[in-house]
Amino acid sequence: MIKHLASLLIGMLVGAAMFLALLYFNPLTHQNTLSPISVSEHDVMTLNYSAVAVDSLVYTNDGESHVDPHPAKVLQLWEAPIRRTTAMATILSDSRDRVAGIGIKFSSDSEKTNLLNGEALVDSVWHIYLPGRGSMLIAQSENYWNYLHDVVIPAYWSSGDNWRGVWNGNITAGPGALFTARVVGGGGEFEGLESDAVESLSAKAYSVEKGPVALRGELAVEIPRDELTVSEDP
Amino acid sequence: MFKTFIVGIVLGVVAIAAALYLIPVVDQSREPSMIVVHPNHGNTESFHVNVPMDRIMIGAKAQANPLPPGLDWPEDTGFDGVRAELFKLRNANEDVVGVASRIAASDEVSGDMIEWVLHLPARGSIYVDLQPEPREGGYRVGALRAGTREFVSLVGQMTERWIADNSGLEDAPAGRIELITAFVAQEITP
Repeated sequence: MIKHLASLLIGMLVGAAMFLALLYFNPLTHQNTLSPISVSEHDVMTLNYSAVAVDSLVYTNDGESHVDPHPAKVLQLWEAPIRRTTAMATILSDSRDRVAGIGIKFSSDSEKTNLLNGEALVDSVWHIYLPGRGSMLIAQSENYWNYLHDVVIPAYWSSGDNWRGVWNGNITAGPGALFTARVVGGGGEFEGLESDAVESLSAKAYSVEKGPVALRGELAVEIPRDELTVSEDP
Repeated sequence: MFKTFIVGIVLGVVAIAAALYLIPVVDQSREPSMIVVHPNHGNTESFHVNVPMDRIMIGAKAQANPLPPGLDWPEDTGFDGVRAELFKLRNANEDVVGVASRIAASDEVSGDMIEWVLHLPARGSIYVDLQPEPREGGYRVGALRAGTREFVSLVGQMTERWIADNSGLEDAPAGRIELITAFVAQEITP
């Protein structure tokens, strides 16, 4: 009887491990990294930022995460309704690496997260102001499954508790049908703008102790061109 | 015994699959929505920020005491007319329910602008731009530009008002920024 019970328990452990391995190595959950914005016929504005907390103006979370808030004395989000939320204010630069504006990003773990489908989702909004141009909101659902799969978990498996390499991927997973974020213009030249955007990450180093060590983010925002008017042939 | 082992494997697979399917990975903590229905005036919801307790960041040029201490605000001249703030956001019961950003700026393209983004993790986000000039009574009024999730199909307005605290209590805030939203669902035309 004890032998059968032990056999059942070992079998259950093996079954659980097999299922988790299947989830981890399932090629069907690997998302396409091609951005739909990259084939847009409209102009695309790119805004870059460092996604490393110490490079931001302000980064705060519940204070218990492995990513420390920055600066150290910033107010922490420890209350229950915002405990799974992070807030970041950062400088955004343009494609030529010139300062373009300020971006404030709020990110919250999404209740739509479904690991069975390879969805580690985060609901986020960017509040962006570009001096001399205007302001906008970018709202999106992000999927960090590929990032966790390719960067974070290998860092935990590494004997040095870190990961180094080159990883590029889109994290925007909606709400647009083509995995695009929703852009709504505020003031200035973006007034009335309704458009799409895609956020991508480029990772080079990750530490289990400190979190991202070298991580860049890019927002590609589609700016629709004005309708072209065709003049009559003289 | 081998058959028992195989049964165990199947049970293990089913148990993990059922757990991942049935147990939510993320379960955001919720506070009740404090929506007030007014007779003949639609419905409103009141939020506020206690100042200075709920202030996370003040980003502005030449701040004598930067908040948080150690904030390195950019010296770029483009940021001369910008004031960016981050707050914790409370409901009418004084419970923290979200976070918020307020950007006040002035430049030759945008003119004077004041914008809020309210982010309520369990509900969604609100993007509002306010009229820079306050109305009688110190209110600023603005329209809902966009909402996400619970707020995605809503239209309406939000008001902002500074209310100084005159209670005289030792641990009282200097005042509060009161934000009142008045949103309704968009009419759906068949």
